[in-house]
Amino acid sequence: MDKNGMHDRLRWGLLLFLTPVFLWLVLLIVLPQIDLLIMSFRVESGYGDSSWSLYNYRQFFEEPIYWLTFVRTAVYSVLVTFLTFVVALPVAFYITKVVHPRFQGFLTVLLLLPFWVSELVRVYGWMILLRESGVINHFLLRMGLLQQPVEMLYQDATMIMGLVYTSMLFMVVPLISALESLDNSLIEAAYDLGANMGSILYKIIIPHATPGIVSGSIVVFMLTLGNYLTPNLMGGKNSLWFTEQIYNQFIASFNWNQGSAFGFLLLFLSSVIVWLGLKLTRQNLRKVVQ
Amino acid sequence: MMQIDLSVQHVLKRFGDFTAVNDISFDVESGRFFSILGPSGCGKTTLLRMIAGLAELDSGRIEIRGKDMAGISPNRRPVNLIFQNLALFPMMDVGANIAFGLQRRGESKSGIREKVSAILDRVDLAGFESKRIDQLSGGQKQRVAIARCLVLEPAVLLLDEPLGALDLKLREQMKVELKKLQAKVGTTFVYITHDQSEALVMSDYVAVMNHGEFEQIDTPQNLYSRPQTPFVAQFVGDNNAWSGTIRNCEGTVGEIETDDGFHFRSELHQPLPVGAAVDLFLRPESMLIQPDPSLPDLNRFEVVVRSTLFDGANSRLLVHPVNAETELLVALPQTHQYDYIQKDDTIEIGWATPSGICFPK
Amino acid sequence: MIRTMPRSRGTALGLKLYVILYFIFLFAPLLVTCILAFNDSQFPSLPWKGFTVEWFTGDKPDRLGIFHDQINIDSIWVSIRVAFFVTLLSLGVGTCGAFLFEQEQFPGKQAFYFLMISPLVIPGVILGISILMFSTTLGVFFENHWGLDVALFRPGFWLVVLGQFSFIATLVTLVVSARLKKFDRSLEEAAMNLGASRFEVIWHITLRFLKPAIIGSGAVAFLMSFENFNTSLFLVGSEATLPINLYLQVRDGSTPVINAISFLLIVGTSMLALLNLYFSKKKD
Repeated sequence: MDKNGMHDRLRWGLLLFLTPVFLWLVLLIVLPQIDLLIMSFRVESGYGDSSWSLYNYRQFFEEPIYWLTFVRTAVYSVLVTFLTFVVALPVAFYITKVVHPRFQGFLTVLLLLPFWVSELVRVYGWMILLRESGVINHFLLRMGLLQQPVEMLYQDATMIMGLVYTSMLFMVVPLISALESLDNSLIEAAYDLGANMGSILYKIIIPHATPGIVSGSIVVFMLTLGNYLTPNLMGGKNSLWFTEQIYNQFIASFNWNQGSAFGFLLLFLSSVIVWLGLKLTRQNLRKVVQ
Repeated sequence: MMQIDLSVQHVLKRFGDFTAVNDISFDVESGRFFSILGPSGCGKTTLLRMIAGLAELDSGRIEIRGKDMAGISPNRRPVNLIFQNLALFPMMDVGANIAFGLQRRGESKSGIREKVSAILDRVDLAGFESKRIDQLSGGQKQRVAIARCLVLEPAVLLLDEPLGALDLKLREQMKVELKKLQAKVGTTFVYITHDQSEALVMSDYVAVMNHGEFEQIDTPQNLYSRPQTPFVAQFVGDNNAWSGTIRNCEGTVGEIETDDGFHFRSELHQPLPVGAAVDLFLRPESMLIQPDPSLPDLNRFEVVVRSTLFDGANSRLLVHPVNAETELLVALPQTHQYDYIQKDDTIEIGWATPSGICFPK
Repeated sequence: MIRTMPRSRGTALGLKLYVILYFIFLFAPLLVTCILAFNDSQFPSLPWKGFTVEWFTGDKPDRLGIFHDQINIDSIWVSIRVAFFVTLLSLGVGTCGAFLFEQEQFPGKQAFYFLMISPLVIPGVILGISILMFSTTLGVFFENHWGLDVALFRPGFWLVVLGQFSFIATLVTLVVSARLKKFDRSLEEAAMNLGASRFEVIWHITLRFLKPAIIGSGAVAFLMSFENFNTSLFLVGSEATLPINLYLQVRDGSTPVINAISFLLIVGTSMLALLNLYFSKKKD
């Protein structure tokens, strides 16, 4: 086979692989995002014509309910990400470093199992546990700890718990694989050199697990920020998660331009926070994705 | 009387039914290079981890500089351990690795900086503070690991086969370096290895360990020339082995009939009754090729040369006795005196009575 | 502290207790959901009024079990069809993506790679609305210029498929790429050396090697699609997928029939998960 033939063949391979991927990314990701951006800068006048305007973004800053919800969503998402990490770390540590290797596989499977089930089913489970007529109230009343049922749903703390629960998997898995690659002798060496539990955690375990922590945090943060089900079903009734505002603009008010602006703001927020997280921990996205 | 830095008394450790360390006792004097030599799985690593506090004892007592270590966690013991894989912290640079222990003690920043640079100087790595661990060569990593421990001025430095991962050439070099370093700093070293040459070259004393027990604690010279048990005789240095029976015994010299029909006179480890079954060991260099007929009191016999195993100064002849299949190794001095010996030649071999190492079975 | 080292009783016990509590936290909502699917009561709540399977098999109007609940059965069927097409598309395009990024060289590859992983950092809701809007824009454009009314551009089955595919394909690409990275390219060279063409090599050698990753990511793709809510929410037409349909029911008050569906989902997905795990264990 001559050099040219080989070359042609490889080009054909490239074209074969590139075409579907190109169509996917351009038609479903790039162009829709551009469309979203354009729409967010346009307003409809009463008769179906539209013009360029910053009105949608002005609206966002002038209407406190919008930007307050936005800030609230961002702050709570960061909080949820942090809580998820704190809750998941001891479990990942226990499974990778403490429990007898015989149970390691079993516990890992057990850990992943609930997350194969639809988020809706899991949220529904929490609802029938926590609501006024729910299972927990039933038992508390039975045991005489409560005189009358308490509404545990529709509160911020419950919503945060639900969000932590929902995104747990995406923190536990990268943590487990990060800790698995941590050589036990490093922990032993630190202990031998005079370190205690706390300094081993801060000096050895967390620095080693940083790539895992960052990738887990990014995914958890993203999913929390973009979550609709959990805040909607477990949180308060008045649309206090930003995705609910987007939904309202699109489905209830049918104001797509305003909705696009909100969507674009959410995208901007998530990109900025992910970027900040990567910069602060000196990681890069390619490494984190793998 | 020298100060005892490490005293191990009746230490016992079981894992389920398996006894890893069986009632071991020994003392190490201050400033000594003490090695524990044994095959893998003999329990030496477990013993070392118990001294470091990384494993618990089932019974017995470990004292460091006269202080009982029971209930003292590894981070409070005046011993440090060099791990088999060195366990340098990849997330820190060389300086931070060495400063790690000092920081845990809460020493002042300037004090730490001084100590780190002094110890790096000591291990010939001056100015290496800001190097990353993955920039170091194998030998440099070794020295950083040692510096990281020595900077804490431990009473005893424990080393868990730290040369195992190095290639042969570097290992030879590090053996000498480690010995020199130990002499320079004067810290007591307890070194475990399965490599007899490491133990023999570096140590003041060597304990040979097998199946959780010490077979012999002695100087390297004595281990080689006067092994106390068959295991030591076979494990330390190469040996030819026969099994046989005592036919006659005068004091500690016995006449032995080997299973393949030879009659030898050999030094015995202890007086033995006639008819006792024995193992007879003989170093390759104890066997003389074509000995001068005038030499008296030699055990002489004829062998056929199977092949020459050339290995520089350590060359040997692989031979078998004329009418037996037992394979024997005979040292072949490279003095050109024996260059005429060819494959399938029949030659005479002789050895002196005191060279024999003989134990009852 | 770690299993190779002695550790204090207190820490060990504390950690163990924590892990037990964690697992209770993990499984409590699922267990309660399953148990209440069999409660002989009009509401999915305690007290326990006796065991019944009527929420599965009942056919009376006030106790319509899932097996006779046409709306829910229809939505399950829609979800299965959506998931099937999403899986098929994602596997095809994702495998192409893996080959593209692992084996081909072309200008702008780095930027294109970041574009490929970007769906992971775009919230699903935004993927949903942007695709909804873009398809509407296209629809309007086609209608105005050529007078064509293209059904694909209106919310409905195929738009849901495309919306889910847009980010699930990224996942497949990453999983298959990871496996392709471990592939020894000298095998391909050997096959070419023996006279195989590039496509014969891919078909006989490389794809065979990638099979476990393709099957594994296919299973995950199917489940992700089956359970997707965020993206689908904006793209569904008259045919609601199961999560959307369930969401509407849960939001507007619930009956134990939802528990019955949840029970079937939990059992079904657990089996699929265990099966997937079993096969991935076996190949190691």
